[in-house]
Amino acid sequence: MATEITLETDTLLRVTGLKKYFPVRRGVFRRVVGWVKAVDDVDMFIPEGETLGLVGESGCGKTTTGRTILRLLEPTAGEVLFRSKRLGRVVDVAKIGKKELKLLRREMQIIFQDPYSSLNPRMTVGDIVGEPLIVHRMAKGKEKEEKVKELLQAVGLKPEHMRRYPHEFSGGQRQRIGIARALALNPQLIVCDEPVSALDVSIQAQVLNLLEDLQEQFHLTYLFIAHDLSVVKHISDRVAVMYLGKIVELAETEELFTHPLHPYTEALLSAVPVPDPDYEAERIILQGDVPSPVNPPSGCYFHPRCPYAQSICSEQPPEFRDFGGAHFAACHRAGELSLRGVKMQ
Amino acid sequence: MIRRLLRSRTLNHYLRDPSAVLGSFLLLVLLVGAVFAPWIAPQNPYDPKVLTLQDSLLPPIWMEGGRAPYLLGTDDQGRDILSTILYGCRTSFLVAFSVILIAGTAGSLIGLLAAYYGGVLDAVTMRLADTMFSFSTTLIAMLLLGIFKGGGIPLVILAIVLTDWVRYARTMRGSALAVKQEDYVQAARAVGASNFRIMFRHIIPNAIPPILVVAAVDFGAVVMLEATLSFLGVGVPINKPSLGMMISQGKRFIYAGKWWLVVFPGSALISIVLGVNLLADWLREEINPRLRKR
Repeated sequence: MATEITLETDTLLRVTGLKKYFPVRRGVFRRVVGWVKAVDDVDMFIPEGETLGLVGESGCGKTTTGRTILRLLEPTAGEVLFRSKRLGRVVDVAKIGKKELKLLRREMQIIFQDPYSSLNPRMTVGDIVGEPLIVHRMAKGKEKEEKVKELLQAVGLKPEHMRRYPHEFSGGQRQRIGIARALALNPQLIVCDEPVSALDVSIQAQVLNLLEDLQEQFHLTYLFIAHDLSVVKHISDRVAVMYLGKIVELAETEELFTHPLHPYTEALLSAVPVPDPDYEAERIILQGDVPSPVNPPSGCYFHPRCPYAQSICSEQPPEFRDFGGAHFAACHRAGELSLRGVKMQ
Repeated sequence: MIRRLLRSRTLNHYLRDPSAVLGSFLLLVLLVGAVFAPWIAPQNPYDPKVLTLQDSLLPPIWMEGGRAPYLLGTDDQGRDILSTILYGCRTSFLVAFSVILIAGTAGSLIGLLAAYYGGVLDAVTMRLADTMFSFSTTLIAMLLLGIFKGGGIPLVILAIVLTDWVRYARTMRGSALAVKQEDYVQAARAVGASNFRIMFRHIIPNAIPPILVVAAVDFGAVVMLEATLSFLGVGVPINKPSLGMMISQGKRFIYAGKWWLVVFPGSALISIVLGVNLLADWLREEINPRLRKR
């Protein structure tokens, strides 16, 4: 039928032209009057074993991107190439059938942001973590119990916690339970959807360290979605910056932080607190609000708020291209501006 | 499990609330009476061999003219009022439980499917629900009675179910839609759980609480509805006991001063509904803060 799809060696996931539009309906007959362009032509790739951070303001489409990649939402367009061990070949997640998708579920998992709504309050922790095993008939009864105990210990919880209910645990512990559930099927890729945003700062560090340890232990690949740059800096190998459904910059972490190419990135970085009492922050405060994704601005989506905008910026959308050393940016003026980054410790 | 129940917060709240205890007590008394009617009723009022017209229209035993075993008096056919009430309660409970069970299960299932699959199924079932809901149950009962000449309790149940299922469908649909948005449902999908598993393991257990409250309140409403239909003559057939029918037949004797034919069945009816409503109120309170705590 179709020719064999290929992926570069060592690349686990490659996303091309991903779009997710939500229809806006009005009137008695619910006619479609517009589209919310939550994800608008996104390209990215993640090598095996690495972590790609995905940052942006609330509402920029990062969560939708994560869920669409996993096909929890149906993509409107685009390609999601994934190297599947179970199917023994590279598949386009966006287009495969239901049977294959179910097999694929074992290789891609997700950790949710809200520890309070991501666990079924009527199920015991043991049932929650063991459910993937039952769904895929990997283990039953005693065997399942053993595996669940193993998983709980791997995330730093005690085996007897199996019998308790989610409401008996703290936010940080619940996130651990969610992580244990994601690990149950031994996946290759885990989409971490703002896993620490809802936690206290001290607990954030614990959970982040856990995620890093697990990555090493189980050779995991992460798509780490967050809006906190300092968190992303710590755990990511490369970082992508999103604005209004589009990726505006993508580079290795240190490179992005020290030599940003896109004005939006520069603004985000200027807001990152620096633990140096002598450091004088010069925060760039952007004018205006984030435009509505139903009616984005012409040309470059960022131009109405960009301190460096020129006439071309409102006329033509910028191309997302490589400016050297796999540092991508979508900005007409990227090469010529010298933007301020942060010092890396 | 029993121990967990005995120590639970819920039991504590229940025992401390006087209206809940009163309501259940009322309900229990009448329920026990109804269930054990064949054994405790002094007389089987629908066995024509036992009736004596000589004993008709006797007042309650504490009034002049009254005598045993007719504790609450007799009606114009010589039937013991107390016995008839017990058998009448039987009918009321039977109809109410059946309706709640059938309408509740069917309605909830429909609402669940509509919420889960959405689209055309949702649109069609909800429009159907709106249509059925706007029919008056009395009208449907009359229609059914016209078609199936014999009448009978199953017909009454059917008539009520046809309009009652809607409230369960609507409630479940709303509840299920809300639960569907929760992350743990997304998590189950991400794991690859089947639709069936998601619906029955994740959605239903979390969407049920409002249904319980609706069912509790509905119970009283169905009891009243059955009584109303029987009162109007389109409910339970004449040869079967019904509180509504007792009131209907007895009302013409009020002006003759024979109040017990109406007052006692009426009180029984009110007690059932009152008891259920008190319990339902308590249940509604109990369910809410618990949801918030979790």
